[in-house]
Amino acid sequence: MSESQVHFYSSEPVVALLGNPNCGKTALFNLLTGSRQKVANYSGVTVERKEGRLTLDSGKNIRILDLPGAYSLYPRSLDERVTCNVLLGRAEGEKRPDLVVCVLSASNLRRNLRLVLAAKRLGLPCLVVLNMLDIAQRQGLQIDTAALSRELGLPVLTSIGIQTNGADDLKSFLSNLDWRNLGVLQTGTSDATLENAASHIAHTESDNILVQKILQNLKLDQIIPDHLSDRLDAVLLHSVFGPLILITLLFFIFQAVFSWAVLPMDLIKTAIEFLGAQITELLPNNWIRSLLINGILAGLGGVVIFLPQILILFFFILLLEESGYLPRAAYLLDRVMGSVGLSGRSFIPLLSSFACAIPGIMATRSISNSRDRLVTILIAPMMTCSARLPVYALLISAFIPERKLWASIDLQGLVLFLLYLAGILGALGVAWILKYFTSEQFRMNALMMELPSYHLPRLGNLAISLWQRAEIFLRRVGGIILIMTIALWALSSFPFPPEGATDSAIQYSFAGMLGQALAYVFSPIGFNWQISIALVPGMAAREVVVSSLATVYALSSASADATEALIPLISSGWSLATALSLLAWFVFAPQCLSTIAAVKRETGGWKIPVIMLSYLFGLAYLASFITYRIATAFGLA
Amino acid sequence: MNLDQVELESLYRVCDVNTPKGAPQIKGQLEDIGFLPGEHVTLLRKGLLGKGPYMVRVGASTFALRQSEARMIEVELVAHV
Repeated sequence: MSESQVHFYSSEPVVALLGNPNCGKTALFNLLTGSRQKVANYSGVTVERKEGRLTLDSGKNIRILDLPGAYSLYPRSLDERVTCNVLLGRAEGEKRPDLVVCVLSASNLRRNLRLVLAAKRLGLPCLVVLNMLDIAQRQGLQIDTAALSRELGLPVLTSIGIQTNGADDLKSFLSNLDWRNLGVLQTGTSDATLENAASHIAHTESDNILVQKILQNLKLDQIIPDHLSDRLDAVLLHSVFGPLILITLLFFIFQAVFSWAVLPMDLIKTAIEFLGAQITELLPNNWIRSLLINGILAGLGGVVIFLPQILILFFFILLLEESGYLPRAAYLLDRVMGSVGLSGRSFIPLLSSFACAIPGIMATRSISNSRDRLVTILIAPMMTCSARLPVYALLISAFIPERKLWASIDLQGLVLFLLYLAGILGALGVAWILKYFTSEQFRMNALMMELPSYHLPRLGNLAISLWQRAEIFLRRVGGIILIMTIALWALSSFPFPPEGATDSAIQYSFAGMLGQALAYVFSPIGFNWQISIALVPGMAAREVVVSSLATVYALSSASADATEALIPLISSGWSLATALSLLAWFVFAPQCLSTIAAVKRETGGWKIPVIMLSYLFGLAYLASFITYRIATAFGLA
Repeated sequence: MNLDQVELESLYRVCDVNTPKGAPQIKGQLEDIGFLPGEHVTLLRKGLLGKGPYMVRVGASTFALRQSEARMIEVELVAHV
C-alpha cells in the first residue's frame, strides 16, 4: 500500500502468545479471552489474526494476540514471517508486543525450549507457560518448574488449556504484574540478526546444546512413548482398516451435511418466501419491489441458504481437527494426492469445496507449499458444490427416466454420482497435468506435517471456532454475493420491455441481449437462447439458473416451486443431447462470480482468477461439445 | 544409514541432515521440527509398500515425512526393538 497510514494504538498493553503449532496455544487463548475475540487478517497477507481482551483483577484491560504457530523464529512460511514481523515490531499496523508469553507443550519440551531461547533474543519482556501439563503428567513426566525457571532465567507458570480454570495461574500472574516496569522480565538485548540465515544456523547448534543440557539437568532427556496415540494409530492408520475407516467417516459426514441441513434450509427458504410475499402485498408492482425481492432478498437468501450445510461440514472438520485425526486423514491420502502432484494437505480444502468452493479456497491457507496452494485453489471449483444440486435436480428429473437398475441403485442416482465423479476426475486430471509444469524443487516438503497426540475435543473450543468461521463466511462472502446479485438483477431488469411486448421481460433487458449474443457462442454445444440468457444471472450463484429459466419461460417468478413448473416445459422443449450438454457444462463451468472474487482475495491479484476463469470455461465448453456431439451422433437430438 | 532404510520401532539417533541439491532450505526446516544431531528417532510406519509417507517419532513429537525427506536424515542405531 502506497498511501501513508496513521495508526491509533490503544494504550492497553499487548501480550503476544508465542508457541509451536500444536502446543495448545489457541485453547489457552480461548480460556483467557473467552468470547471477547476479534478475527481478521494481518495487513496485506492472508494470515489469520486473532486478538482478544482480558480484564485483570485490577479492572485493567490488556490485549492478547494469538500469534500464528511457529517452529522457529527464522521465518520459513508465511505464518512464521508474520510472527517474526510482529515480534520485531515490523508488521504493518501492529504495535510491538509489550510482553511475550511463550506457550510450551509440557510433553514436548525439547523442541519448544528452542523457541524460548530464540524468543529471549528478541529483547522483549518474556515469560514461559508450561501448557498441556495434564498430558505430560499422564505420560509420567515430572517437571520441576522452579529448576526450569532457574535454567531459563524466566518465570515459568503452568496451565492446562482444556480445563476451565486451567489458566488461573497465568491470569493471576498477569494481574500482579507491574505493567509500568516490565523491564524486569527482559533478559536479552534486541538481536537484529534474527532473520540472518548464518546467525540462525549458529544459534541452532548452540541452542540445541543448551537445550540438551537443560533437559539433562532436569532429568527429562529420555524419549517418551505415546501409548494411547500409538494404540489408536495401529487401527486408524492400519494399511487396510485405516483407509476403510476414513471412507466410512467421509461417507457419514457427507450424509450428515445433506440430510441434517434439509430442515434448516427449508426454514430459511420458507422465511425468505414469506418475506417476499409480504413485500409483494405491501408495495405496488414497480422496480423498487423487484429490487427488494429479486435483488436484495434473493441475494441474501442465496448466501444464508448454504450456511446450514457449511456449518455442519465445518463442525465435523473442526471436530476431526481438534481430536488430532485430520492430519492423519491427510497422511492416509498423501499417496493418492501425491500421484497428481499434490499432498495430503490439499484434502481438507477440497473436502470443504463440496459444500461451497469459497470456504474451501479460504481453507487452502493451511497448505504451506505455495505451489500446492495455488493448484488446490485452481481445482477447488470442480468439486460439486451444493449450489449445483438444484440445477442437477431439475435436469435429472426432467430428462433421466426413473428406472431401477439393480439392487437399490436407480438410474437418476447413478447419473448424479457420475456428475460428482466427473468433477473429481477433472480436478485430479488438471492437477496431474500441472505437475508437469512444475520443477521438482517446488514440490519439496509438501507434506512434512506434525501428527499431534489424539485428544478429546472440547465443545467450548469447537463452538468458538464454529462461530468465527460462520462470521468470516458471512462477512467476506455476504457482501460480494449481495452486490453481484443486485448488479445482475439490474442487468436482467433494465431496460424495461416496450409497451405491448408479449415476450418475457428479461428478453428486452441487457442480460437478454447478452444472452442472445451468447447463444451464437453456445449453439455448437446445443444451448438454446433461453439457456444462454439464464446463464447470465446464474453467474451470481449457480442455483439462480433455475429461477432464471423460469423467468425466461415467462413463468410467474412468485410461483413457489419453479422446478415443478419447469420440468414439463423443458422436457418437451429441449433435446436429451442439450440436457446432457448442460449437465456437462455445470460440472466444470466457472459459474459463480463470488468464487472468482474469493480467489482474487486469497491470491492477491487478478492473475489467478483470470487463469481459472479461462481454463474452466474452456474445459466446460470442451466437455459440453463432446457430450453434445456424441449424444447427437447416437440420435438423441 | 538413512532414515528410509531403518527397521520399524527400533531406536536411532540423528547424525546429520544431508541437504539435497537444489533444496538447501529443507535442512533448516527438518532441524526446526526437531531433526537435530543427537535427537532420538523411531520409524513407526512406512506406508503402503514401504514407499511412504513415513510416520516418524522424533523426541516427543510425531511427523509425517515423505520418502525423499526421510532419505536426507542420516541416523545410527541405538537399540533394537
